[in-house]
Amino acid sequence: MPSLSISAGGLDLKNPLLLAAGILGTTGASLRRAAQAGAGGVVTKSLGSAPREGHPGPSIVHVECGLLNAMGLPNPSYRDFQEEIDSARAGGVPVIASIFGSSAAEFAQIARGLKADAFELNLSCPHAENFGSELGRYPDLVESVTGAVKAASDVPIWVKLTPNTADILELGQAAQRGGADAVVAINTLKAMAIDIESGYPILGNRVGGLSGPAVKPVAVRCVYELAGRLEIPVIGVGGITTWEDAVEMMMAGASALQLGTALLRGYGVFEEIGTGLARYLERKSMTIEDLVGLSLRRRS
Amino acid sequence: MKPIDCTITEVRSEAPLIRTFRLDKNLDPAPGQYLMLWIRGVDEIPMSFSGPDTITVQSVGEATAALFKMGAGRSVGVRGPFGNGFVLRGSRILLIGGGVGTAPLAFLGEQAQRAEISVASLIGFRSKGDIIFQERFEALGLGGAEGLKREGKINTIITTDDGSAGIPGRVSAGLAHLDLESFDQIYLCGPEMMMWDIISRTKDHAEKMQACINRHFKCAAGVCGSCCLDPDGLRVCVEGPVIRADRLLDGEFGRYKRDGSGSKGPCKG
Repeated sequence: MPSLSISAGGLDLKNPLLLAAGILGTTGASLRRAAQAGAGGVVTKSLGSAPREGHPGPSIVHVECGLLNAMGLPNPSYRDFQEEIDSARAGGVPVIASIFGSSAAEFAQIARGLKADAFELNLSCPHAENFGSELGRYPDLVESVTGAVKAASDVPIWVKLTPNTADILELGQAAQRGGADAVVAINTLKAMAIDIESGYPILGNRVGGLSGPAVKPVAVRCVYELAGRLEIPVIGVGGITTWEDAVEMMMAGASALQLGTALLRGYGVFEEIGTGLARYLERKSMTIEDLVGLSLRRRS
Repeated sequence: MKPIDCTITEVRSEAPLIRTFRLDKNLDPAPGQYLMLWIRGVDEIPMSFSGPDTITVQSVGEATAALFKMGAGRSVGVRGPFGNGFVLRGSRILLIGGGVGTAPLAFLGEQAQRAEISVASLIGFRSKGDIIFQERFEALGLGGAEGLKREGKINTIITTDDGSAGIPGRVSAGLAHLDLESFDQIYLCGPEMMMWDIISRTKDHAEKMQACINRHFKCAAGVCGSCCLDPDGLRVCVEGPVIRADRLLDGEFGRYKRDGSGSKGPCKG
């Protein structure tokens, strides 16, 4: 079988399939379990500077074509999370700490206080007041937050971008100017669902983020736009459910991938998608690097 | 799935802070499975079934307080049933429950009775006034009850913390009156420290003990991670809530639990 190992965003990965932020990332054991199930790396639940319970329920709704969620950044604070990261590292793959704050200084403080293999800056959660995309939709803030964390840390810095903007490329370029080692695209699309029996919005927060198969074509387009113009690598995330989706996202320009909603099928998705990817490469006599950005090279 | 609309058809008071709500839909749950109950405008909470179309709820917080204000005719949103319920095994079983945790066991016992399985029960409460489902447990047994009666034994043992009814003391005080060897399978549900007390005293029987446990459920779909149990990261919302007791011996169960933020804290109850 062809090797799936690849370098992306300053990390050497045994395969490009990472566990996405916010999925089974609250405990060291659940992160380790993803690693043992074949993930090439794992991203923690987003960590802030104070404990948060998150939004009232329902925090998740299955819709026709995906999953709608408004968890609301629940986390025990970064101060209480180092032991979970240390336990996750026993899984033998890179552990990327997702962090969030309401200012560049708060992001930098968290990055200084945590030891991880890389940081992913959550500048894209669409449903938490004062955090996530409330900063991440402004290119100047993306640049200053990225720069502050870069200065505070000596591990790779990834910036997770919001698709809820007119031009995601502007945000990616801002992250690059700030010194990011990679951008991660995309976070969820801002969305909602209404209970027609009562008229109540279903999510406790009323508005949340859409993930799953519905957002994949949006994610493919975002990755394609970013990878075509940025110097730094792009990590593709958004609706990857099958190995065919993984191939497509890498052809769009992704150097590595993250799986989130696909975990609804269980931890087995890492092995399933990894096997499909390897068989594809074998059939096409390609290396994994050949796949990255292939569509960007297919012109005229 | 989106929440489905269920109308409350009956509300019954079981004890001062415990009520049973009957829904207009039979969701065909297995005992031990749970639903996510959405009290619109307030919150969504997990609740186990006390019958095919009933849930039995203890008022403990904002969402349950809001539910207690609702009478017959009002409606709630329901997702589920979810998770793995109890699995009936063997011909002679023991139910061990505490407080409102007796609810899924009464449901299970009635299913066992229909399958002509002999049922004995050990159920504990704080005080006489808190006892629920005594008649449901005492009515169980069919072949079993007859058998137990022939042996001159009763099929239901009650304990109370304050000694106002039955055997005084914790649920484990009733263990002395039972020969655990004689049961093919043991089913457990109640407050965590009560279950831990039983499990840690009966380790030799852990492989034939099924415990219905509780963690902080949010998504109920096995993806958000808020209910993962140390040391293996077991996703209680989809791989539980019924778990074989030998998997609970050497981890966080009975020692600590994480709250809605993921912060570790002591187990209560």
